[in-house]
Amino acid sequence: MNQEYTEIVKDHFFHPRNVGRLSTPSGSGTVGNPSCGDVMTIDIIVENNIITEAKFQTYGCAAAIASGSMTTELIKGKTITECKKLSMNDIIKQLGGLPEEKTHCSNLATEALQKAIKNYQKNSLL
Amino acid sequence: MKQVYMDYAASTPVDSDVIKSMMPYFSKTYGNPSSTHKHGRLALQAVEHARKQVSSCFNVDPETFLFTSGGTEADNLALKGIAFQHLPKDLGKGPHIITSTIEHPAVLQTCKQLEAYGYSIAYLPVDETGLIDLDQLKETITEDTQLISIMYANNEIGTIEPVEKIGNIAHKHNVLFHTDAVQAVGKIPIDLSKLPIDLLSISSHKIYGPKGVGALYHTKDITFDPLFQGGGHEQGKRSGTLNTPGIVGLGKACELSQKRLKKDISQLEQMSDYFIKRLFEIESSTLNGHPTKRLVNNIHFRFKGIEGNALHSLLDEKGISIATGSACSSKKIQASHVLLALGLTPEEAISSIRFTIGRLTTKEEIDYVLPIVKESINHLRSISPLWKSNK
Ligand SMILES: Cc1ncc(COP(=O)(O)O)c(C=O)c1O
Ligand code: FES
Repeated sequence: MNQEYTEIVKDHFFHPRNVGRLSTPSGSGTVGNPSCGDVMTIDIIVENNIITEAKFQTYGCAAAIASGSMTTELIKGKTITECKKLSMNDIIKQLGGLPEEKTHCSNLATEALQKAIKNYQKNSLL
Repeated sequence: MKQVYMDYAASTPVDSDVIKSMMPYFSKTYGNPSSTHKHGRLALQAVEHARKQVSSCFNVDPETFLFTSGGTEADNLALKGIAFQHLPKDLGKGPHIITSTIEHPAVLQTCKQLEAYGYSIAYLPVDETGLIDLDQLKETITEDTQLISIMYANNEIGTIEPVEKIGNIAHKHNVLFHTDAVQAVGKIPIDLSKLPIDLLSISSHKIYGPKGVGALYHTKDITFDPLFQGGGHEQGKRSGTLNTPGIVGLGKACELSQKRLKKDISQLEQMSDYFIKRLFEIESSTLNGHPTKRLVNNIHFRFKGIEGNALHSLLDEKGISIATGSACSSKKIQASHVLLALGLTPEEAISSIRFTIGRLTTKEEIDYVLPIVKESINHLRSISPLWKSNK
């Protein structure tokens, strides 16, 4: 590939997990905007403070797709508190590393996740 | 895995006859062409033979061509060479140079540098097909204008500019006309004895010659400042020991390109027409650039809802080399200046990719690539939030 991607990144890029939207999410978050290039949406379902289901969509490069896939895999079964701590570096580590100029792509995924969690917390206050 | 190269606008494989022609000039006839002994004279003969091959490809005299390190240097030499003959303070308020917004960086960045030195540059916009407006060109010329530099054909979208008309306008106003013909050579017949062109840049590695060598055509009475100070090679216009093997390779590449021109054009035209027709089968696909005034080897498309870099990575993994219209910078994707100049939205620009085919491209290769492209686009669209919402 044009960038030196790890086998894990390639696997998640070619076979992304959890692609799509959820019909009744507990929370959802979208970051970026198409006019500057990158968009990521993450939907989550939360039961008893645990994320039981997650899906993502992205308009982005290979690293963004792999990050969305990895993030949604990692958060399933984890508590909201655990997921709130999930950082860009955690995703990059799980992917076996990303080229320097691609780190912001995984940020897209963690930001979308944090936004989805906030959205869930707001919804649950209602 | 099968490897398919579809990035001929970036560079081409060196023709085997070109390689053969170059071989003696590495370790057999290695003298410095400037030396007056036999070793030198033999090398000089080879350089002058190459100059004849290059110039006859364009139907002009040999002394109108000087050799450079490539297209980039030829562009720099033409623009700075003309500009530097006057200090900006000795010129009126301009514009001193008129160019377009879709030039190659070799011209655009040179203009930016000249601006920083105080020269005034006008950048003509283009329409949605990539063509400049001739009336606007006429209106932009003032008595301070020294030079017009508009490319023969664009390297990204392949649009062919009306160079003959531009040159006529320039000459009517006593302005010099430079054109970057790096992408045009070998795909469009160029007869410089008939065209109103004063300066023209070419590059060897785009026409099946070696990298790092090019040439600048200049009409005989033109004077310009050299970029390099040194031993006064090339009539003082370009100092630096001549790159004998490279120059010999460029000469041979020009000769072959002239010989094969008709055949190359018809073969490329047939294949790109077919390729374009088949790519239109993909839902929400659009051809960028001009429908007819385009280079015969350029296929530039945008596919709604997909990101060009992701498609590039997918195809690369399958052994298919293409180019995208955007480069990833550290913070966000930088859409191509050419695509934005056409009026495309950043999203449209980012969803664009370029295939450029060449002499070695076969219909089998195109048929091999098509289903992979379709599959990859479907894959990316299935992940994209911009796809279904757009329908
Ligand atoms: C239109 C155009 N001008 C100039 C150049 C630069 O030529 P070179 O690579 O020989 O410096 C290129 C090639 O990238 C080009 O496409
Ligand atoms: S998504 Fe922005 S470059 Fe990867």
